[in-house]
Amino acid sequence: MVGIITYGAYIPRYRIKVEEIARVWGANAAEISGGLGVFEKAVPDYDENTATFAVEAARAALARRSVDVSEIRAVYVGSESHPYAVKPTAVTVGEAIGATPVMTAADYEFACKAGTAAIQTSMGLVASGMMKYAVAVGADTAQGAPGDALEYTAAAGGAAYVIGNDDPIAEINETCSFTSDTPDFWRREGEDYPRHGGRFSGEPGYFKHVESAAKMMMERRGTRPSDYDYAVFHQPNAKFPQKAAKSLGFTAEQIKPGLLVPRLGNTYSGAVPLGLAAVLDIAKPGDRIFVTSYGSGAGSDSFDITVTEAILDKIDRSRAPSVESMLNKKKYLDYAVYARHKGKIKV
Amino acid sequence: MTVARFWRRIPQRYNLIGTKCETCGHVFFPPRAFCPHCRRGGDLHEIQFSGKGKVLTFSIVHSASDQYAEQKPYVLAIIELEEGARMTTHIVCEPDEVYIGMPVKSVFRVLDAEGADGVIHYGTKFVPDE
Ligand SMILES: [Zn+2]
Ligand SMILES: [Zn+2]
Repeated sequence: MVGIITYGAYIPRYRIKVEEIARVWGANAAEISGGLGVFEKAVPDYDENTATFAVEAARAALARRSVDVSEIRAVYVGSESHPYAVKPTAVTVGEAIGATPVMTAADYEFACKAGTAAIQTSMGLVASGMMKYAVAVGADTAQGAPGDALEYTAAAGGAAYVIGNDDPIAEINETCSFTSDTPDFWRREGEDYPRHGGRFSGEPGYFKHVESAAKMMMERRGTRPSDYDYAVFHQPNAKFPQKAAKSLGFTAEQIKPGLLVPRLGNTYSGAVPLGLAAVLDIAKPGDRIFVTSYGSGAGSDSFDITVTEAILDKIDRSRAPSVESMLNKKKYLDYAVYARHKGKIKV
Repeated sequence: MTVARFWRRIPQRYNLIGTKCETCGHVFFPPRAFCPHCRRGGDLHEIQFSGKGKVLTFSIVHSASDQYAEQKPYVLAIIELEEGARMTTHIVCEPDEVYIGMPVKSVFRVLDAEGADGVIHYGTKFVPDE
């Protein structure tokens, strides 16, 4: 059955505290952190971008399990911060993991759900028998205009999944999506920073799509929230996934291991893939995982996943750093150095 | 560096592909087509280095060209890979972290870019291997 063969994650080492950003803009840090449930966010180094995150995550996946890279026939990278407007990130990943040249590749964009869209495409390719393995990556170096509300959360990181049929460490029982044309968040071609519909866009955007896709999934599988050990929801802040989980009937305990945003920030296309990676880091055979992503514009992809025995004997999780270890390995920046990291000040 | 010249070097820069002489056992990075020890008796094959190594010597660069100005001060080092080859590379760490003998491992980073509208060059740098 189609599933996850192996997985890998990458979080850069630098952090900035929400408090420090608030200080620079004369805002009330306690109010902002309290409102968002976010306390610090990951910041890329000068020489890191979405492509380097994608490569590091894919290499981490391959370090955990020996996979014949010549059987990887597709690489898809989902991001809204691809380094080039024209020239795919996915070919850099393919080359860096040794999967080129007999493979197809493409970049995906769908705000914060481009990574789960890549997983769905990969599932189709391997389930149909077109290829043995496909690689799906979700990674971002998210942009928020200086002083904008997004600046408090826009973070950096990503995760990669090798999708295949043979001995998956987790079977993907089903996936389904809920999609509509909803202008809650956008960035026009050539603009540096995105714009958003403001605080009221949560209801017709995030909540409507996440809850519709999640309910559709449970209806299809005949399941209830209590049938799952873990649940991972898209996390632009901590409040949205907590509220959606609660209204769907999931508990705080079910979402806690995959809720990284308080310590990581919003990694956009990397958010759900990283949340799922954090769960896989601690999962046991038989664990059932509920996953629902969200991309503005708008759509949600839902997944029903069951962890298999292979997680114990077909993969060595210790051969790549866990999400928890990367969250803990951090170095704080002040706003001035942060701004240089982000290229906000041209020197 | 021209686009074509960088393009030809992608395998060695991304994946640390070098060569090994099967006659004398010496390894080379960047890859060589000819063994300077065995000359005609050399027998060279491609190898992929593991990316693990240690710092032999280093310097802290305080004045950098425009390309790296935002990153200064940064660490430039000669490292020895565990297979034996030596190379000059950036070590991504704070200047006060590096020391002679420090174990390092390879990471995938942006090396440089040809301005805001040119090609981005990716490749291998090293970080402390804790
Ligand atoms: Zn020799
Ligand atoms: Zn020789």
